[in-house]
Amino acid sequence: MVVTERRRIYEGTRIPSPIPTVLRVDEVLREEGDILEVNFGPNHPSTHGVLRLVVELNGEEVVGVRAVVGYLHTGFEKNMEQKTYWKAITYPARIDYLSFQYNELVFVLAIEKLLELEVPPKATWMRMLLGELNRIHSHLIWLGTAALELGAISMLWYCFRERDAVLDLFELVAGARMHTRYFQAGGLAEDIPRGFYPECRRFADLMPKRIDEYEAILDRQAIWLERTKGIGLISAEDAIALGQSGPVLRASGVEWDLRKTQPYLAYDQVEFDVPVYQNGDVYDRYKVHMDEMRESTRIVQQCIDGMPDGPWIADDRKVVLPPRHELHTSMESLIHHFKLVTEGYRVPEGEVYVAVESARGEMGCYLVSDGGPKPWRVKFRAPSFVALEATATMMSDALVADMIAILGSLDTVMGDCDR
Amino acid sequence: MSWDQVPGFVEDWEAFGETTVVVEREQLIEAAEHLKDEHGFNFLADISPTDYLGWGRTGVAGYWGHAAGRDINSPGSWGLARLPSPRPARFTVSYHLLTLRPGARPGETRRLRVQIRCEDGEAVPSVVSVWPTADWHEREAWDLMGIRFAGHPELTRILMEDDWEGHPLRKDYPLGGEPVRFSNAE
Repeated sequence: MVVTERRRIYEGTRIPSPIPTVLRVDEVLREEGDILEVNFGPNHPSTHGVLRLVVELNGEEVVGVRAVVGYLHTGFEKNMEQKTYWKAITYPARIDYLSFQYNELVFVLAIEKLLELEVPPKATWMRMLLGELNRIHSHLIWLGTAALELGAISMLWYCFRERDAVLDLFELVAGARMHTRYFQAGGLAEDIPRGFYPECRRFADLMPKRIDEYEAILDRQAIWLERTKGIGLISAEDAIALGQSGPVLRASGVEWDLRKTQPYLAYDQVEFDVPVYQNGDVYDRYKVHMDEMRESTRIVQQCIDGMPDGPWIADDRKVVLPPRHELHTSMESLIHHFKLVTEGYRVPEGEVYVAVESARGEMGCYLVSDGGPKPWRVKFRAPSFVALEATATMMSDALVADMIAILGSLDTVMGDCDR
Repeated sequence: MSWDQVPGFVEDWEAFGETTVVVEREQLIEAAEHLKDEHGFNFLADISPTDYLGWGRTGVAGYWGHAAGRDINSPGSWGLARLPSPRPARFTVSYHLLTLRPGARPGETRRLRVQIRCEDGEAVPSVVSVWPTADWHEREAWDLMGIRFAGHPELTRILMEDDWEGHPLRKDYPLGGEPVRFSNAE
């Protein structure tokens, strides 16, 4: 079916010089050729938000590219400095609005690291479960929109059908479909509702079949294969040098997953594989996403089976809100509640960097505390921001139509990139 | 693990299970190359600048008695439990490094925070030549925190508009300090 030969991944480096993130037009070509400068975005539907690419074309060939970001800069980090910790937890979820659970998680983990707070196992496992559901959710949106951009419009409807099922599960647990704010410093905000487990298991049983269906649609689709294979190459060396993480790195043949190499939560107690592909192109990134959804489903199954009993939040009254019913009977609890809500809890002085494997790679949080109830400085290491640094390298031999495929395969969320 | 072989070594400490190595600002490039070549820190995860202006100035919480009695007007309970240790310079820039080895097993990878200190206006050597990913991170640090990087190929604003004034994440930059444009005003 595939007529053209798949281009092979290159050896060595293709990172442009002197600016690693800008592909410059060759001066000779600029003199001789008929270079057309095209402004792609910031309001182009295929830019996944508001990304602008300034592209220079020689015919259909991309000879120069520069990514311009910042259109969605919201000042989350500045705002979080003004809020007490437990109010600030609402912010990170809105940064990467598709991978919201991981952002919440990374910030909460950073607070807990500074507080040296012990989290009960039930909360840890539930965090893992919701995180993996969130990974499926994020990958589904990626798959639906990336395929849509290449013309496979039916994928969007199928993916959003399952995505809605994931959001229903979030709603069941936390009352909100997105931006759940379900993770508290110390554990979870509420106990897991009883009806959650059967619903979640039904979803986890269904999901592998659905993924097979998606693959059946795309993997025999000549247009999809032609437009993804051998496109947007990046070698392992370049991917590491450009700080790539997550599916982009794993599609370039680098076996690297923070859940395996630096296990957090209870990832050392569940079984899963890290999908690695060798060709470093759009197609392999797609394959990594598909396999990761399967692995996530496996983890979800294991989380339901292995979910420990017991409390869902740490019993530390200086940090954790007292149970609601105690407020009517206990003066002590009322005082704690009042102090926590008005003043917040104090986090010991120090600085930490916590990283988790979010749906799009290493999501990091650098947190500095001066010992007060508000963070002194919060900095997020946004995987989308870093992923867009690779556009110049990946597009160094692309055609204008490939740009859409390449950009889609990076799985960037502009809210995450611009913060 | 001893880090005093790192060029420009100033001090190091362990806290919360993380290692921080402070190096001299002028010798950052040498330190970066040493850490990359000798210790295998091939992956730069993040560059995080911090502004310590006003650090610890909120004071200690509680109504504290002094020679003239007790000042009942100061809202003491909103302060800190104890004063944080003073900072030697206004800014720090933290480089979060990682040893990325494909297929590494748990415990085989390490993270390290390399930190430099600088005052307002002092230029920090750019590490783009060591880790190309530093390009945008340094532009962001310049844009939001006003840290100047010497040797960066194109140090322009990245998240704010090109003609923006000030560096929003600095502590002396007011919240809501954005000028409002009215359509009928000049």
